[in-house]
Amino acid sequence: MRLGRRRLDRRPPATAPEPHGLRKAILLIEKRTKEEIWDCRMCGQCILHSTGMTCPMRCPKNLRNGPCGGVLVDGNCEVLPDRPCVWVQAWEGSRKLPLWRDHMLHVNKPVDWRLQETSSWENLATRRDAHAPEGWRAYEEPP
Amino acid sequence: MSEEPRSGLHRVFLEGRFAVTAELETTDAATPGSVYALADRLRGHVDAVNCTDNSAAHPHIAPMAAARLLIDRGVEPILQLACRDRNRLALQADILGAAALGVRNVVCMTGDDVTAGDHPEAKPIFDLDAIHLIRIARIMRDRGTYVSGRGLEESPNVLIGAVENPFAPPHDYRPMRLGKKMEAGAEFIQTQICFNVERLRLFMARAAELRLLDRTWVLGGVFVPRSARAVRYLRDQVPGIDVPQEVLDRIEGVPPDRQRDEGIRMALETVEAMRAIPGVAGVHLMSIRNPDAILQVIEDAHLRRGGERVQRVPAG
Repeated sequence: MRLGRRRLDRRPPATAPEPHGLRKAILLIEKRTKEEIWDCRMCGQCILHSTGMTCPMRCPKNLRNGPCGGVLVDGNCEVLPDRPCVWVQAWEGSRKLPLWRDHMLHVNKPVDWRLQETSSWENLATRRDAHAPEGWRAYEEPP
Repeated sequence: MSEEPRSGLHRVFLEGRFAVTAELETTDAATPGSVYALADRLRGHVDAVNCTDNSAAHPHIAPMAAARLLIDRGVEPILQLACRDRNRLALQADILGAAALGVRNVVCMTGDDVTAGDHPEAKPIFDLDAIHLIRIARIMRDRGTYVSGRGLEESPNVLIGAVENPFAPPHDYRPMRLGKKMEAGAEFIQTQICFNVERLRLFMARAAELRLLDRTWVLGGVFVPRSARAVRYLRDQVPGIDVPQEVLDRIEGVPPDRQRDEGIRMALETVEAMRAIPGVAGVHLMSIRNPDAILQVIEDAHLRRGGERVQRVPAG
């Protein structure tokens, strides 16, 4: 069940400098493509692969760990009743993926709101997105 | 039982007795009177009482204040903590403060969206989700730190609960979500209101298969309707409540002056059905301005047999 889970980082997070040049180009490419395909919200800490390729930040409650209890009987969102629940889509999507299906069972860490509008590709490469608050990280560490 | 109970409710769980909890009538009074009155009604009849956190996104008396007022009157509170109105700083401060005031049970939830309430223009917070909050409560209690890692002088000794809604889609995922809440650290679960016992039975069977029920206590949510209107209100106004048509037909089928009694009968049947489901550790009774009906259900269901409570059906 823990297979494929990313190890969390102890390193204190540096605030990334304003993106220029190549970094800015990467950010813009990511933003344009992911917004187009997945209605991505650029949280900068992408977990799309573990949520059936459905962006969880589209959930009006920004849930990162599954659907709330307010999903309507027809599977639509309680806040936006004419749209399907993001997490119903995530669950169905995750069943169709060849990989990462068990990621729907993982406890995802709280959002780092400082990463909004930064490139999750860059944050993945630098492991900036693997940072978790020390108390959270220590709890996941085997004692 | 080698484990030291953290609360009276925890003791009931550990002793394997069938637990009974109820929900506090939310009050809009700036005086303690209505909380005291309810405490006096429920004392001795229930194991603990939920203090709701701006339920259905309507502001009411602060749950922490209500919890302390209950303690003053000898009733054990279960403090609800919702992620809608507070960020991680405020929620952690509340867990610490509540424990200092004597609260020994908390239940962590995401919370209804602000659009469900009477302040739809408000800024929803949702800094954390319910699973984050459960884990953070565990970190505070078991590791003695805030989520930041900064140490507490004394950790909050609270039993940590969560909610789950077996009646909302995606139904296949709901038992796994229960497992996820337990992995995050939840020790007991209160379910959403159940009008569909068959769905609960399936949910519990799947949870038993996943070996979840030997590590948590599940309380089934039961609503005691006062009228057909109350049932219609739940169906139409409260998201995530599955009201089968036959339930509504049944209460609508009796004349208005007998609907209150029919509501009690319906709740009673639900309680009886839940008691037969393996792994159900108790019931959580809810009503809308109808606490006497809750007491009636407890009495009629013989949930207190001369002080000796019925034992629950063990899971598996």
